[in-house]
Amino acid sequence: MAERFDSTQRYLATDDLKTAVNAGVTLERPILVKGEPGTGKTQLAYEVADSLGKPIIEWHIKSTTKAQQGLYEYDAVARLRDSQLGDDKVHDISNYIMKGKLWEAFTAEEQPVLLIDEIDKADIEFPNDLLLELDQMAFFVYETQETVKAEHRPIVIITSNNEKELPDAFLRRCFFHYIQFPDEDTMAQIVEMHYPGLKKTLLNEALTAFYKVREVPGLKKKPSTSELLDWIKLLLAEDIPPEALRTEDQRKAIPPLYGALLKNEQDVHLFEQLVFLDRRNRR
Amino acid sequence: MSSWCSWTGATAADVLLKFFFMLREAGLKASLTELLTLHESMKQGLAAESVDTFYYLSRSCLVKDEAHFDRFDRVFSAHFQGIEQALAGLGSEALPEDWLRRLAELHLSEEERQKIEAMGGFDELMKALAERLKEQEKRHQGGSKMIGTAGTSPFGAYGYNPEGVRIGQGESRHRRAVKVWDRRDFRNLDDTVQLGTRNIKIALRKLRRFAREGAADQLDLPDTISSTARNGGLLDIRMVPERHNAIKVLLCLDVGGSMDDHVRICEELFSAARSEFKHLEYFYFHNFVYEGFWKDNRRRHAERIGLYEVIHKYGPDYKLVFVGDATMSPYEISYPGGSIEHWNEEAGAVWIQRLLAHYPKAVWLNPEPQKRWAYTPSVQMVQELMEDRMFPLSLRGLDDAIKSLR
Repeated sequence: MAERFDSTQRYLATDDLKTAVNAGVTLERPILVKGEPGTGKTQLAYEVADSLGKPIIEWHIKSTTKAQQGLYEYDAVARLRDSQLGDDKVHDISNYIMKGKLWEAFTAEEQPVLLIDEIDKADIEFPNDLLLELDQMAFFVYETQETVKAEHRPIVIITSNNEKELPDAFLRRCFFHYIQFPDEDTMAQIVEMHYPGLKKTLLNEALTAFYKVREVPGLKKKPSTSELLDWIKLLLAEDIPPEALRTEDQRKAIPPLYGALLKNEQDVHLFEQLVFLDRRNRR
Repeated sequence: MSSWCSWTGATAADVLLKFFFMLREAGLKASLTELLTLHESMKQGLAAESVDTFYYLSRSCLVKDEAHFDRFDRVFSAHFQGIEQALAGLGSEALPEDWLRRLAELHLSEEERQKIEAMGGFDELMKALAERLKEQEKRHQGGSKMIGTAGTSPFGAYGYNPEGVRIGQGESRHRRAVKVWDRRDFRNLDDTVQLGTRNIKIALRKLRRFAREGAADQLDLPDTISSTARNGGLLDIRMVPERHNAIKVLLCLDVGGSMDDHVRICEELFSAARSEFKHLEYFYFHNFVYEGFWKDNRRRHAERIGLYEVIHKYGPDYKLVFVGDATMSPYEISYPGGSIEHWNEEAGAVWIQRLLAHYPKAVWLNPEPQKRWAYTPSVQMVQELMEDRMFPLSLRGLDDAIKSLR
């Protein structure tokens, strides 16, 4: 077997994740990644590319994205304009075919990693429209009557936030991985990777405070790994001593710079309320 | 690594096939394509490292929804348990049948091994296991036939029978810690219910029509053309609403007590709603609404969600749907302290009015037949509180309820 995906300097890959990715890479099938926002789904694609030393092609999906845009688009308006101006280009239709990300990935010189980010944002039919293309790694261009076929089947990584259910036929063709929220040990390793040599005390206090915030009931958006990393960066930048995070002693349960963890006014409000109640109860 | 190639040999493939059908029996919709993918990846040596890798690989191949992970874990545990013990002395060269054979050598005396042979060997053992699992409905402890704990049957945990196949044991008594599939990490994600009746499909269609309302912001080309033609060639643009599912629903379900008779229909409604609405939140209550709901029925006392919290988190654009038989003592509605489960400071009627003030669109679905409503005073009271927006949980009632929610 050729290359194998493994943890990199910045990304901790768990065993189940490695297995799924390596299966997808070896069998040249798409890998579907789900998980809470902020657990590193998109990051995974960059790290796979980095770890295997391959170029990455990103296709970020929006609610208006159509499957065809990933293949190619025919710019009829430009051709019409050119025909009015008497441009010579107009006779060759291929001048007006805009290549999409899939085309780019199929014709790349070496095997690339193709990231299809947040596929669930698109229309419910979107995955179905790409079934054949991802299966065969080929498609037909009607305007020029040519078939674009992948020379090296790209490593396809698809992320989803579970906003829409994906069709069964699509799922059958993928390897599936669900990124679980890391437990404290794994989280400590992840933080260590990003901020090597972080003081043990600060790390412990930060993690305790972080998991406490996550446990607050009724939050609209629970803070996740990426928020924790941002927060620690801020803590370091502001040079906050670990003692300041130890909430019990201080009767001041709001961790400093909590804005990095809570991204929603109502959540902050709710949190403050709870802290207030908590403090009142202690008296 | 190369030994995995022989997975395609008859017996090893059989083990996988049996596993595959057990998964399907457990309600996982694994398909032939996925099974073949699994075979192919094992041929490539992807699962050669350890049983854990095999577990991850098969999960990644066969299950495509984290809500089904827990069920997969249970089937995996039932099917492959005992393997890791046998594997300890074998290393990565192990084949499944070798695992099983090794298991026998490790634990059985010559005499016992012959007994097993007499039973028809290990294939029979696995078959018998599957049958017993089916036969057995309740949790079982002791005895000599059923699967459970501390028995002398060949199957189950903590048994005395040396060849016992370990099932769902939190921790092995003699050996290593919990296997990953025994940890049941994904238990809370399993929210499935059986469905598939015609009833739900019809209900679904009703819900769907109602979910496709919205602002007309898309060009309707055929209508524009025909309307322009009829307009004598002057452009007459026609718009249609975009097909989208922007409806948000809060589903509050009465559980326990008199609702036990209606569990099935509630499950059906729940699963239909769940597949139809992107924004669906559900809560449970008992008999009537008080200061708190809960989301996990097993931990109803430990993890309450305050009503104010619900109001704070879900805006008035949510449609509020109660499902309950509204059959109780009138005190449970109108008096403080009337709840049968706890002391409520404020009457249920006060709490439901708070909810109704926040959510203008609300209905109460009642699984009791409508003709019986008149005989129960509490139903009348709830009907009044809901301002006549209580509907029977029938197709017709659902239709009316949806009309009122619009």
